[in-house]
Amino acid sequence: MSRLKQVFENKKAFIPFITAGDPSLKITEELVLKMAEAGADLIELGIPFSDPVAEGPVIQEADYRALAGGTTTDKIFDSVSNIRRTCNVPLAFMTYANPVFTYGTERFMKACKELDVSAVIIPDIPFEEKDEIIPYSSKYGVEFISMIAPTSLSRIQKISKEATGFIYCVSSMGVTGVRQDIGNKVEEMIKVVKEVKDIPCAIGFGISKPEQAAEMIKYSDGVIVGSAIVKIIGQYGENCVPHVVEYVRNMKKAITF
Amino acid sequence: MSKGRFGIHGGQYIPETLMNAVNELEKSYNYFKNDEKFVTELNELFQNYAGRPSIIYYAEKMSKDLGGAKIYFKREDLNHTGSHKINNVLGQVLLAKYMGKTRVIAETGAGQHGVATATAAALLGLKCEIFMGKEDTERQALNVYRMELLGAKVHAVTSGTQTLKDAVNETMREWTNRVHDTHYVLGSVMGPHPFPTIVRDFQSIIGIEVKKQILEKEGRLPDVLMACVGGGSNAIGLFYDFIDDLGVRLIGCEAAGHGVDTEKTAATMTLGTVGIFHGMKSYFCQDEYGQIAPVYSISAGLDYPGVGPEHANLKDLRRAEYVAITDDEAVEAFEYLSRIEGIIPAIESSHAVAYAKKLAPTMDKDKIIVICLSGRGDKDVAAIARYKGENIYE
Repeated sequence: MSRLKQVFENKKAFIPFITAGDPSLKITEELVLKMAEAGADLIELGIPFSDPVAEGPVIQEADYRALAGGTTTDKIFDSVSNIRRTCNVPLAFMTYANPVFTYGTERFMKACKELDVSAVIIPDIPFEEKDEIIPYSSKYGVEFISMIAPTSLSRIQKISKEATGFIYCVSSMGVTGVRQDIGNKVEEMIKVVKEVKDIPCAIGFGISKPEQAAEMIKYSDGVIVGSAIVKIIGQYGENCVPHVVEYVRNMKKAITF
Repeated sequence: MSKGRFGIHGGQYIPETLMNAVNELEKSYNYFKNDEKFVTELNELFQNYAGRPSIIYYAEKMSKDLGGAKIYFKREDLNHTGSHKINNVLGQVLLAKYMGKTRVIAETGAGQHGVATATAAALLGLKCEIFMGKEDTERQALNVYRMELLGAKVHAVTSGTQTLKDAVNETMREWTNRVHDTHYVLGSVMGPHPFPTIVRDFQSIIGIEVKKQILEKEGRLPDVLMACVGGGSNAIGLFYDFIDDLGVRLIGCEAAGHGVDTEKTAATMTLGTVGIFHGMKSYFCQDEYGQIAPVYSISAGLDYPGVGPEHANLKDLRRAEYVAITDDEAVEAFEYLSRIEGIIPAIESSHAVAYAKKLAPTMDKDKIIVICLSGRGDKDVAAIARYKGENIYE
């Protein structure tokens, strides 16, 4: 069974996101190990980008901090290699088209396979441009995760039909970031997906509180939380690990019945 | 290959949230560009509001002074709002109105595109918000006031390098937040399909007029066309109608800043490599890991790390040439044109003037150069004065 299948097998998945290298790669390694112990089912590692157009201010700042600290794609790969010595938690990379393309898409996917990274999430590669990635990701057994948004409407069917791994359901309009009100479109979106294909659906964008996660998990197979965690990291810096662990534990509890 | 390709360049590299918006835009544009009412109304606006056709001017003194080719200026600086930007915004804001949108947003570098967008929005009755890098709001403070005067709300962008690329990022973020009633009036031939095509089509009036005007004056096509290139909209506007006229050399002048061998440069064509950013595949100034480089130019309008995909393809095809002009050369040309012809050019356009000063003397007297004077220099006067050591503030 592939790592990604494990993530959603007989359970609801909690999927935290952190920006690799924020505040340092050493802390990133520690965070991954400890979040896995605290119940994270899949961890999204952000490869920082100078111009993250799909991110709100919280993750933008994290990207700037990581890059200012000298984080590079190669150094992140080294860190994942360190993580893999002791930990087999499923991992996905989240980044933008340019860091992958400029690294060499094939070389990037080959590294993912070697590091046992199951999936890539690239918000500026929509359905129409997926041939930029898929010939290489599929060659190395890496899942390219499709995204759907509240504006996708009739696109949901065609996207779902060709989706693999899981579908990243963008809960609301706009960029990543904590929201008070997540809206109700996502339930309908997931219904449409499930009519077309039996594929896990995870909801991201805006979720920060256990109550929100508990609500969202009613319609979905997993919840993705980024900004709320990155905010904790930004607040506590080098001392963030216990705070993040506690948060992850509470969120996992909120979606476990 | 996906839609909107120029060779390998172009495409639609944007978040899913925006895909239906750009698809709707493409569909609407393809419909309205052939709609008689839309075309008539746009032509009316071009003639009776923007002042088209803009004149072509023979710079006799400059030509004689340089002692080579005859130099003509296509005077886009004489358009309403003082630059070529009005051509694109009248087209796009009118299109937005026909699409039923009630609000437009736009990025701006020097402020020319922001002012033009605010102008068109005021005229056509749409709400308008402009995103401008904080550094640029300081470099071009008067343009901020102009936009506000025209009823627009101006947001100073504090993320990243606080310049044009960050203004584009922030406008894209705002668009993902609110697409249903909002059109993003992209200011150059860049971004995801269909923007590079739409903006080029609205700007191509420049080259179409030049062809007609130069045939009337000289009875033949020019030997060289020259324009400054940031994203590249005035250049593609000038070049487009001449792409199949292989005897006409097309030269884009980009910003070298302090020099292409320094860190302080924006010379994308000279130094850039192929990448994917701001919705398109094209050339970008970036590092080996694909991080977009902080670029620099004295000109806020050329201070951009990428270039439009159609230019990238014209470079690949070797149909157009691209040269880099330093701040010093551009400032020198700015002063030169002011003195010799009594025309104060925008610092952006001065990059093209600077290259003409190098090229014209090497050409025979019967040769013809047409330069797109894309904007007027009033907005730059205080900044150039300070560059020259004067203590003048707006």
